[in-house]
Amino acid sequence: MYEHDVIVVGAGGAGLRAAIAAQEAGADVAMVSKLHPVRSHTGAAEGGINAALRDADSWEDHAYDTMKGSDYLGDAPAVEALCKESPEEVIRLEHWGMPFSREDDGRVSQRPFGGLSFPRTTYAGAETGHQMLHTMYEQVVKRGITVYDEWHVMDLAVTDEDDPADRTCHGVVGYDIQTGEVSGFRANNGVILATGGMGQVFDHTTNAVANTGDGVAMAYRAGVPMEDMEFIQFHPTTLPSTGVLISEGVRGEGGILYNSEGERFMFEHGYANNDGELASRDVVSRAELTEVNEGRGIEDEYVHLDMRHLGEERILDRLENILHLAEDFEGADGLTEPMPVKPGQHYAMGGIETNEHGETVIDGLYAAGECACASVHGANRLGGNALPELIVFGKRAGRHAAGEDMGEAEIETGRSGEWEPADYEFEVEVGETGGRGPAAADGGAVATDADGVLAAAVDRASERVETLLARSGRNHAEIRSKVQKTMTDNVNVFREEPGLKETLFDLREAREEYKDVAVSDPSRTFNTDLIHTMETRNILDIAEALTMGALARREFRGAHWRKENQIRDDENWLKHTLVSWNDGEPELWYKPVILEGENKVYEPKNRSY
Amino acid sequence: MSTQIPQQTDESGETETEPEAASKGEERRAEKRRRAAQERERRQAEEAEKAAADEETVELKVFRYDPEIEGKQEPRFDTFHVPFTKGMTVLDALMYSRDTYDSSLTFRHSCRQAVCGSDAMFVNGGQKLACKTQISDLEQPVRVEPLPHADVRKDLVVDMEHFYEQMEAVEPYFQTNEYPDGELEEQRQTRENREKVKMSTRCIWCSACMSSCNIAAGDNEYLGPAAINKAYRFAMDEREGEEIKQKRLEIIEQEHGVWRCQTQFSCTEVCPKDIPLTEHIQELKREAVKNNLKFW
Repeated sequence: MYEHDVIVVGAGGAGLRAAIAAQEAGADVAMVSKLHPVRSHTGAAEGGINAALRDADSWEDHAYDTMKGSDYLGDAPAVEALCKESPEEVIRLEHWGMPFSREDDGRVSQRPFGGLSFPRTTYAGAETGHQMLHTMYEQVVKRGITVYDEWHVMDLAVTDEDDPADRTCHGVVGYDIQTGEVSGFRANNGVILATGGMGQVFDHTTNAVANTGDGVAMAYRAGVPMEDMEFIQFHPTTLPSTGVLISEGVRGEGGILYNSEGERFMFEHGYANNDGELASRDVVSRAELTEVNEGRGIEDEYVHLDMRHLGEERILDRLENILHLAEDFEGADGLTEPMPVKPGQHYAMGGIETNEHGETVIDGLYAAGECACASVHGANRLGGNALPELIVFGKRAGRHAAGEDMGEAEIETGRSGEWEPADYEFEVEVGETGGRGPAAADGGAVATDADGVLAAAVDRASERVETLLARSGRNHAEIRSKVQKTMTDNVNVFREEPGLKETLFDLREAREEYKDVAVSDPSRTFNTDLIHTMETRNILDIAEALTMGALARREFRGAHWRKENQIRDDENWLKHTLVSWNDGEPELWYKPVILEGENKVYEPKNRSY
Repeated sequence: MSTQIPQQTDESGETETEPEAASKGEERRAEKRRRAAQERERRQAEEAEKAAADEETVELKVFRYDPEIEGKQEPRFDTFHVPFTKGMTVLDALMYSRDTYDSSLTFRHSCRQAVCGSDAMFVNGGQKLACKTQISDLEQPVRVEPLPHADVRKDLVVDMEHFYEQMEAVEPYFQTNEYPDGELEEQRQTRENREKVKMSTRCIWCSACMSSCNIAAGDNEYLGPAAINKAYRFAMDEREGEEIKQKRLEIIEQEHGVWRCQTQFSCTEVCPKDIPLTEHIQELKREAVKNNLKFW
């Protein structure tokens, strides 16, 4: 057993920032991560970090753009915290030595990004995430923060109480990938989940293979509601064969999208007459797919992104990384030819429900970064808003977990405030994957003291590992690919009811198959077969919650397009979708969105670009 | 496991003066680009030829070893035949083999876009990132082995601890005493200075360079190209200031530091991010001399 004040699960941008903040607040911190920190997917972020740094800009404008971008499904207290604190956080990164791109006067450069009313995106070439990840890991090394790398966290150790709001998280159960050891990690003050994205739910994604949403699924099964899971961002410019991301920075610098007829379709077909290529991501993604569906795609699959006219010097200065990616992964030379691009899964706006301090409904359990939903992105995240989210909410969660008084939160979690049950009936049975004994949140044996809870969780996890290793049965890979395929077929950029129902049915089938899953590699050393098998359950749970949300939300908002419901319905749907895991099955309910900020109310307006 | 050491003979030589090193580095990178362009043309021509033919397969010979499992305790090579698809990388072929034929096949990988640095391997006798190495660029059968000069944990997974320790030995974090007044004021850095350190900041810690380095193979304490490059990244950053630069030079000038480098260029040759590692090492040697530090 290991013991620390604060345990951070995941070591990407949010996890590193949380660990630093908790350590600065006086806590003994440890990070537990299935990848070594520098391998985290934050390193793949390209575009930049939004922050109102200049006199002509203001955090209020940033907040306005973010609320509008979110299609009025962001919660104002979280959005305002993000926009107010991102300038100081960006400057802090600079003070930690982050190599930002520079202006002639030596100041940090800023560039335009989609949906922003001011060029407020700070960046380091087209490798901003890489530089940010390494800069923060350097600070973790400097501070001597303990890192347990290549440990897969299997589960949370949470007390048994009927109401999730009465539960306490005392730590996590980790599996040492190198040796096969299962061990408890006791957290005296708090556990912070910072496990990042869940892109592996889909088969065409910019996300890393490791992005299986482990933290989201763990929190879900422990009883924390999942918020707004149906809002998945599809990035308009990913390489068709691999899903590798081509930064929005290309369009920010002036890159142009063309269809097979050579038309600049964003304008010529009227998708965004003012902002063109720089309309927000949901708008551009739909425009591209519409072009393809109407026969104006190239090879019936993609469109062209052209940056040649920017000139070699500017491209090398600001977008060099893009040249390498296009060349290595698509064989296209961005200096002499346009690059093929199509939409791909990129970011999950929804996730673990938290308030603006990173707290979840379970005492001692926090979440920050992409796995969390505070909610700052609402129905659609603006480019350049993910990296400030990591540092602002990573910091807030770290401080709070370390015991700093941050005042009362304005966002309520769980069913403590106004909420309403959903009236939606699903035609297929949902929930229950099997492969796990009685769990705290599932009404298992009662354990309430920290050691007892942790010991029970470790026993359960060990038993699960033994069972998976001992028996024979199905391979996880076929189940995983079935999930990814049905999600990509039906829960993609365009969604319609029959397809969503079909996916729910396919997921039910995949769940049945998962009950027979087994690991064929018997080794205790670096058993990736076992890790992938456990990840597959996470993917299943997340896919189901996501599809339930998508089916229930009968309107068109932000990234969530529904064929049957082509309007944004503020009267009925200005509310968050929540899915809670209760006694082994998911339950759907809603809570209102908070549009009231510190000094103003963000009145919903039509979103036009 | 293989203990082959790729010999880089054409570029080896004595310590060079700066302009030569720089122009040679330029030439080498230009050559690399030319070769890549030629390769691409060749690949496309081949592709067109093969398009007419029936399904082709790729033959992989993959190193297997697991100290725990009977039958795998003696290292061996397994052969996998993978249906070829356009754009297939070594990583794609390995994943296909694992997911289709043998789920115990073990390797590290994550981002699939050459930025996480976890899938450096020894492919057909060279250190490569599996995710950015196109199968169509390789002779068949494609031989995939773990990185040389590191302990093998299992199959293609090597122990990275030593590499991480060397990285941490150079105090790999920004240090300065002077900050601008005002909380929201950034330090100023000239565009030129950022350009100077830019390449060095691209390191993804894949350890391909360390694995390719003959000197590191023979001297376990040698800091190695990646760690020295990390020191360069800070020593050359004007924001750190002179006093701290001196301290950095002392770290890299120790007995197992920069002077061990014999400019064989193998690190530069294998770096998947095209970082001119050898040049950075040479530049630090020169800085050390300018600062009257001692020679070893």
